[in-house]
Amino acid sequence: MSEINLKIDGKDVKAEAGMTVLEAARKAGIDIPTLCHHEKLEAYGGCRLCIVEVESRGWSSHVVSCTYPVAKDIVVRTRTEKVDKIRRVLIEELMAHAPDAPELLRLGYEYGADRNRYEREPIFCVMCGLCVRYCAEVKKEHAVGFIENGPKREISFIPERAAKVCWDCQECFTICPTSYAQAAYLLTEALAFPGQRKAGNTSSRTIPIQSCKGG
Amino acid sequence: MPTLQSVAELEKLRADILARRDPARTCIAVCAGAACDGLDSIAVADAFKSEIAKQGLADKIELRVTGCHGYCEKGPNVVAGPKDVCYFEVTPQAVPGIVAATLKGEVFEPCVYKDPLTGAKAVHMNEVPYYKHQMRLLTGDNIRIDPMSIEDYIAVGGYAALAKALSSMTPNEVLAEVKKANLRGRGGGGFPAGSKWETTKNAPEKTKYVIVNGHEGESAAFMDRAMLTGNPHKVLEGLIIGAYAIGAQQGFVYTRHDAPRLVEHVKAALAQAEAYGFLGDNILGSGLNFKVELHFDVGIFVSGESSALMRSIEGNAPEPRPKYIRTSVQGIWDKPSNLNNVETWANVPQIIGKGADWFTSIGSERSKGTKLISLSGHVVNSGIVEVPMGTPLRTLIFDIGGGVRDGKGLKAVHFGGAMGGSLPADRIDATLDFDEMSKLGAPIGAGGLLVMNEDTDMIDVARYLLDFLTKESCGKCVPCREGMWQMLKILTNIADGRGKKFDLDRLADLMEVTSLGSLCALGKTASDPLKAMMRYFKDEFETRIAEGVAGSQAK
Repeated sequence: MSEINLKIDGKDVKAEAGMTVLEAARKAGIDIPTLCHHEKLEAYGGCRLCIVEVESRGWSSHVVSCTYPVAKDIVVRTRTEKVDKIRRVLIEELMAHAPDAPELLRLGYEYGADRNRYEREPIFCVMCGLCVRYCAEVKKEHAVGFIENGPKREISFIPERAAKVCWDCQECFTICPTSYAQAAYLLTEALAFPGQRKAGNTSSRTIPIQSCKGG
Repeated sequence: MPTLQSVAELEKLRADILARRDPARTCIAVCAGAACDGLDSIAVADAFKSEIAKQGLADKIELRVTGCHGYCEKGPNVVAGPKDVCYFEVTPQAVPGIVAATLKGEVFEPCVYKDPLTGAKAVHMNEVPYYKHQMRLLTGDNIRIDPMSIEDYIAVGGYAALAKALSSMTPNEVLAEVKKANLRGRGGGGFPAGSKWETTKNAPEKTKYVIVNGHEGESAAFMDRAMLTGNPHKVLEGLIIGAYAIGAQQGFVYTRHDAPRLVEHVKAALAQAEAYGFLGDNILGSGLNFKVELHFDVGIFVSGESSALMRSIEGNAPEPRPKYIRTSVQGIWDKPSNLNNVETWANVPQIIGKGADWFTSIGSERSKGTKLISLSGHVVNSGIVEVPMGTPLRTLIFDIGGGVRDGKGLKAVHFGGAMGGSLPADRIDATLDFDEMSKLGAPIGAGGLLVMNEDTDMIDVARYLLDFLTKESCGKCVPCREGMWQMLKILTNIADGRGKKFDLDRLADLMEVTSLGSLCALGKTASDPLKAMMRYFKDEFETRIAEGVAGSQAK
């Protein structure tokens, strides 16, 4: 009833009202890269990698597909020269911070990114916010948050919360595209509450090293 | 004061206020706008107070501490008498002389305007060069109003437009008038206010909000706070008329937390408007119910961006959100929310009062009415200027601004603050018009006009503006956070003489991706100043890179 027809990369796609272009594309088997997107979380629109070109009533514009709602008769192009260039520069910008993150290396290869194009400052975090939002939206714990703004923005575990909940959860470690969430947690623990983590098991439990997804 | 129940009661009150005023009593207006306040105009006002008390002149002279007069360069400003004699750079020591002259209907010569070149004097407001090229429709009343007194506003015809709208126009007629006036948003985009109002009005949700954006974070812009501090009821009257047209029940004034006088005046204006019955239930017996709440920014630039501002009013961090559904349809708590800038709202009463035909007779083909401009930089006269749209920049800079200070030549003018653009001196015959300025790459923005002399290092200007925006980025999206940070690094290298040939290519890529990919208007327009620099001053960048010397050693 509320079915919407649109075109993605020349393919006729059917979507339901309320879906985003990203959801419609993925459902149709069309791959659009994302870093900050997670099915369990509210769309964020932070990494901008899922940018696509949308033509609607004769007007073309660049929008991010994770937040752009599907609409009748729009034409979506996910791999134009411009879209690829935007993605390449975004990847290069992030590689300045996390040059060896497997996900970035994979995307960098696909989009021809040069990881030395911009001045390096390896902070190992790409500010995708997956840990922050997962902790808030799914776990409802708020043990990690953003502090500062602009280029100074960073994730920060809140010691009072982290000491109580993080060791038994560790779920953000596995969704982090750079392993930085885990590092940030351990640093917080070492500085703020060494040996005082609350664990259901015992403090002798070894730290599981997670491998990056999609690497 | 009993609450006004009808338009007739308002008109009776107005007649009473005017009847109570003694026409023989002369008014002396002391400016307490931000600049004059900074020059301790309050000490001048106190000197007038004690002189009036000392000589027992309370029945002959009325002292009024007012909002900004406009000529900030020459503060503290004082305007005396029925003929608006202007006194500049007034000190407490000059006060007895001004009082004595005013009583005799004479002029106190030492404080009147003297032309810096010819020494010719100008006594009255309409003769002073700074004022005589202006058209002060929004700011002209400032000298007649104590911003803390609603009766001063009513005395100059305040709330008559609201009365007219409520008693003789339907909401649709009010909307049609604003659309016909082609009032374009003064906050930056120049989007037609009437169309925005209509979108909110037609949105299906019953609960609707109207908002005054008084954040004014744009660097080199200071006219909105002058407007809101100096004549808060004019803005409020516009907002109430808008609420009536749109069908909103609740309004918000979102403004600066760090301007104490502004806060004091807006709070007083809201309280008085409620006491007199211009806010609350059944306004002037019309059946309109409307309340307004005051809300403060959290001290970052992006909280003036509409979606971030609305997040802030909700009580959340002011992070912009994607606007594929406009805030005029889904704004505060997902309800339709119409946001306009201070100056836009301030234009509404006169459009309703005098009609759209009158309004459209002023200005250029596609930009109507007057525009407030904050004039600053290497200009002789800095201050707040109000001119008709379509005025050539040359008039602003030379006739009103008095040209470049210290006898230097003009190199460029910069419009629109950190997200605006710079024009070289040979383009100043362009006119103040939303579309013309946008096309030239120096959009008017909110109206901050910065004059730059021949010694200005444009690379340093670009670096400075980008440094400001980089610090103000919220950091949520990659192209804004990372793109600006990288551009700033490259520009700093070039400015310091460490630029490389491929830097301009890297800058071009970063500019393109930041403007196409960013989430909100801050990022989308952050590289605009740099784009304008590349359009008009690219040779300076190339030379600096080729020569490899720092800006301070160049030339």
